[in-house]
Amino acid sequence: MSTASLTWFARHEINLFWRDWTALIVRGKAHRKIAACLALGIFVIGMHVVAWFTVTGAVDLAQIDPQAIYIFVTGCGLVSLSLMVSQSLESVTRAFYARADLDLILTSPAPSNRIFTIRICAVALTSVVMSALLVAPFLNVMAWVEGPAWLLGYFTLLSMSAMATAISLVIAVALFKLFGPKRTRSIAQIIAAIIGAGFAITMQLVAIVYFGNVSRLSVLTAPEISRVLPDASAMAWIPARALLGDPAAVFVFSMAGFGLLALAIRAFSTRFASLALSTSGVSEQSGKTRRQPSTFRFRTTRQTLRNKELVLLARDPWLLSQTLMQMLYLLVPAFLLWRNFGADIGAMVVVVPVIVMASGQLAGGLAWLTICGEDAPDLVQTAPMKPRAGLRAKIEAVLIAVCLVLSPILLFLALVDLRAALVTITCLALSAGAATAMQVWFRAQAKRSHFRHRHASSKIATFAEAFSSICWAGCAALVAVGNWLAIIPAMLALAVLGLIWTIRPRET
Amino acid sequence: MTKPRRSDSALSIAGLRKSFDKPAVCGLDLNVSAGEFYALLGPNGAGKTTTLRMVAGLLPPDAGSISIFGVDALFDPVEAKRIVAWVSDEPMIYDKLSPFEYLEFVAGLWGVETQTAQDRAEDLLDWLGLAPHAHERCGGFSKGMRQKVALAGALVHEPRLIILDEPLTGLDAGSARQVKNVLLERVAAGATVIMTTHILEVAERMARRIGVIAAGRLIAEGTLQELRDRAGSDGSLEDIFLDLVSGADAETGTVAA
Repeated sequence: MSTASLTWFARHEINLFWRDWTALIVRGKAHRKIAACLALGIFVIGMHVVAWFTVTGAVDLAQIDPQAIYIFVTGCGLVSLSLMVSQSLESVTRAFYARADLDLILTSPAPSNRIFTIRICAVALTSVVMSALLVAPFLNVMAWVEGPAWLLGYFTLLSMSAMATAISLVIAVALFKLFGPKRTRSIAQIIAAIIGAGFAITMQLVAIVYFGNVSRLSVLTAPEISRVLPDASAMAWIPARALLGDPAAVFVFSMAGFGLLALAIRAFSTRFASLALSTSGVSEQSGKTRRQPSTFRFRTTRQTLRNKELVLLARDPWLLSQTLMQMLYLLVPAFLLWRNFGADIGAMVVVVPVIVMASGQLAGGLAWLTICGEDAPDLVQTAPMKPRAGLRAKIEAVLIAVCLVLSPILLFLALVDLRAALVTITCLALSAGAATAMQVWFRAQAKRSHFRHRHASSKIATFAEAFSSICWAGCAALVAVGNWLAIIPAMLALAVLGLIWTIRPRET
Repeated sequence: MTKPRRSDSALSIAGLRKSFDKPAVCGLDLNVSAGEFYALLGPNGAGKTTTLRMVAGLLPPDAGSISIFGVDALFDPVEAKRIVAWVSDEPMIYDKLSPFEYLEFVAGLWGVETQTAQDRAEDLLDWLGLAPHAHERCGGFSKGMRQKVALAGALVHEPRLIILDEPLTGLDAGSARQVKNVLLERVAAGATVIMTTHILEVAERMARRIGVIAAGRLIAEGTLQELRDRAGSDGSLEDIFLDLVSGADAETGTVAA
């Protein structure tokens, strides 16, 4: 075996991936490996149980019009594909910008197209993992109940991922060509966010316009849709038939998926080295700032720190894309609100919890960035101020940012229904406050660039933050419709907060 | 609030101890006079950075006392921090701020009057050759430029005690010269500088006194001539340093990693 062969590079990458992954899970403590295996086992068994009851409780597929099944499966497949494209676009772009060992490899006599091929294939494999975790139990149960042909669905999933990676590669290279290495990463992140949310949101918007609800199922099962689409024998349904385990369709779809990826790799692998090298030393932050203040402005120490946090948040392209995604998801309830302007309270059940949930998630992310993701901790710690004052300034920055992002929709809500707006603001404050408090209690110093892995610093805090946001969202929905049962999710959220406070790491 | 007292001693450390998995600093005593350029030398893992981080308020000591210009740094850390600046070997600055914005931020943290801070910032940017890049974001800067931005940040509030941990690591000759000139200018203006370095030539040329630390203890201290006398040789600082450190190794058996 040559030292720079494809298999050699593949082994190198798998080795690195495995060590990174286990280090992330275990973090120096052997018992965590057992806990992680146990958790994975419970998840897999749980998903299979859910799949079993869903599949055996479902209506007999033979009784349903095949075209209706194909429309439904294609719709679900397109949602998955858009998520895969979103995820792989980020990963593909990262492959060009990653510097870890790329300088070493690119300065070696090894052909750069080989490492490129391996890394792009790795992107395709990793972007299928999330879908596989959710779909695999259903495929397994269907294979058990209906026959092993359903196992071919795995090939279809992999082909979809290959297709998504090929599309991402084309987009990434086009972005390099259009915007250059300085801006490609930021623009790719924003496009990934739009693609990830775009298809699902469009379906929801169509459902609101034509069917008066937010369910994507309404679009997929509507007779108006089936009338304009081709009948069940058409070639257009090959992807759907492949997802349902039809061997011929799986073959055709796999050929298309893997063929597309192979073509994309072949077309762009020769440019990999030059594109990767063009990103070296390039920083999207370099260059003149748009606004060049020529004078210092007077601020107190607290204002200075708060202002710094707000400036850094505003200049964070990844955060910008994530916030954009949150805002895109808020588009649906906003649109529903507009459609139901002045109508009954029904729309509020959808609108209020979505805003509350978004605020909790947004506050958690921002709190991590400002409190944990401090790039100059020595400077802030050696400044003549009490640590508590610095922390307070950072928390203020988080809450200001949350208010700035959500205030337009809150204002709109207040114009439509003042009571619902008050409920939303109260639960939003509680949700954002709880998420921020959890990040404060579980803070661990990190670089801002590690934001993507923030869950790794404390899985408990991340889980509790999400659970708390869901509880406050549920509470808000129930209060909005005047149901006294709202007290249950509120108590649950407070209990989680109390529990997290109890088990927080003590400062030494 | 404790007012800084007039003191001839810029830094006075007594019985300082710090252990991690094993002892890093073992009962260190150190005195640095006001207006002095003091170089702290030692092999890797000797406890230099740990000591200076405790002085800067970044690490709590296990035992001992630290007094900065008469201010008890452990009892009144905020007052002590007002007169101290810390520069580490790895410049910690914000990629998304320009040097101008960074200096405005640091001046704000130390509560420096706006116009004074701006005048100082402009001077510093000029002295360190950063003026043409004052409004560019630091994300694209080289290591040398980043280190100069960090140094400018440390000096913008005119600290009386400047602590630098390997500030010249990775700098080219031109940048190193600029940094050294700025530090000497500060000492001439009355500030005190404590610097760790592995570049013994820099310590030899710039420092009035040199301290050698090994295994968490100060094993020798004095002017270059005093160290030569003690070592009984006319050799370079490198020869003296290696003699002292190997002697300490033989006594302690090992040097802390």
